[in-house]
Amino acid sequence: MKPRSKRLMLVGGGVALLVAAIALVLSAFQQNLVFFHTPTEVAEGKAPLGKTFRVGGMVEDGSIRRAGDGLTVSFAITDTAKVIPVSYKGTLPDLFKEGKGAVVQGRLEADGVFHATEVLAKHDENYMPPEAAHAVEQASKAAETLSQ
Amino acid sequence: MQWESWSAFWEMGGAAGFVWGSYGVTFLLVALELVLVLRRRKEAVRKLLRWRRAIGKDRNGRTDARMESQ
Amino acid sequence: MTPSDRGRSLFRFAAPQVFYPLAGRLAPWFAALAAVLTLAGLWLGFFVAPTDATQGEVYRVIFIHVPAAWMSMFIYLIMAFWAAVGLVMNTRLSFIMSQALAPTGAMFCFVALWTGALWGKPTWGAYWVWDARLTSQLLLLFLYLGFIALTRAIEDPRRADRAGAIIALVGAVNVPIIYFSVQWWNTLHQGASVSLTKAPSMATTMLAGMLVMALAAWAYTIAVVLWRVRPMILERERHTEWVGALLDQESTERGGRA
Repeated sequence: MKPRSKRLMLVGGGVALLVAAIALVLSAFQQNLVFFHTPTEVAEGKAPLGKTFRVGGMVEDGSIRRAGDGLTVSFAITDTAKVIPVSYKGTLPDLFKEGKGAVVQGRLEADGVFHATEVLAKHDENYMPPEAAHAVEQASKAAETLSQ
Repeated sequence: MQWESWSAFWEMGGAAGFVWGSYGVTFLLVALELVLVLRRRKEAVRKLLRWRRAIGKDRNGRTDARMESQ
Repeated sequence: MTPSDRGRSLFRFAAPQVFYPLAGRLAPWFAALAAVLTLAGLWLGFFVAPTDATQGEVYRVIFIHVPAAWMSMFIYLIMAFWAAVGLVMNTRLSFIMSQALAPTGAMFCFVALWTGALWGKPTWGAYWVWDARLTSQLLLLFLYLGFIALTRAIEDPRRADRAGAIIALVGAVNVPIIYFSVQWWNTLHQGASVSLTKAPSMATTMLAGMLVMALAAWAYTIAVVLWRVRPMILERERHTEWVGALLDQESTERGGRA
């Protein structure tokens, strides 16, 4: 009796795992493959307004303002075409910076401000020492000055 | 050399828990897998010797199980 | 030597009684290679590679995370390959190889998820998010565990082989999904730093550390799988002459208790 019940448990476990796997895939295909919407998509009405969703893009330069309580922050997320103002109360990840990527989760309220409940920093796939990063920054500044 | 001292090395710029937590668990799992894998052959031989004795006796009362092979 | 002769001499290694001692002789060499490469990779990763400009020291998780993630995907593909060979050619050893790979693949898959969580918290601000990359990698772990559970649960080895081979082949579809998820969909996970189509976007010493660790993971996998496949061969081939002879030898070495 014992080996049979063991076998049954293993088969049951295997089936349960497979079912969990399929359920995971299906739910992922439904909502999570689009982890975030861009500000342009939101402007075009492609985001599920009225529900909680995520917006991803760049934190606009010079947009971060901290309120007097030291916890509430407002900033703007942009994909260079459209801009969405965001307000958030809570701690920000270390890599959250102006000019860097971020994904915010929350709701777009009637006042046109996105009220975020969670802020995630999105970094790129470039890894370099600080000196190299500094050099890249200098080069892009130089290019900007030349183009002006 | 990237580090000013050994204590700076262990601190990992304040990310000690994340970095050492990653490396620690990984090497623990590797060690565990090695132990299990190396023990498994001895267990298999022991199990097969026991199996051979069992079928040797069950089928024809002899201990030489090679008579059983097809 | 005619082509068919050469073919046969290569197939000789597919015979379990030839492969069993060969695996035993090769495994320690790959294990030693893995140890040397790991030490070299850790040295490069911790003492030669510089700090990252945006992430600081925490990026050093990459030297484990990326090799483990690569390995978890490669191993699944190799598993599927052996499963396919087994189904088509009906060779005994192929299915055993496929099953010997699974636990190590599952281990690397878990390591990729674990180190990813510990890396995600200080950089992204979350241990886990349900984006396409992370979700499909979690699915890979479930596929590994499902494969292991299924092949162990079915008593008849021939049916277990076939059932496992089907999971291995169907699940292989998930591997390109994992790999390309960061290009196909909006994910929190960043794109690939190293790929065949573009120059790597990493400082050279960082890249060197990562690649050496990846080679170490390869050597380790080969060693462990060769060790794991040996007892599996013995169990499967227990009715054969050569395993009988081998057991005779083992039992006299144990003082003739048999």
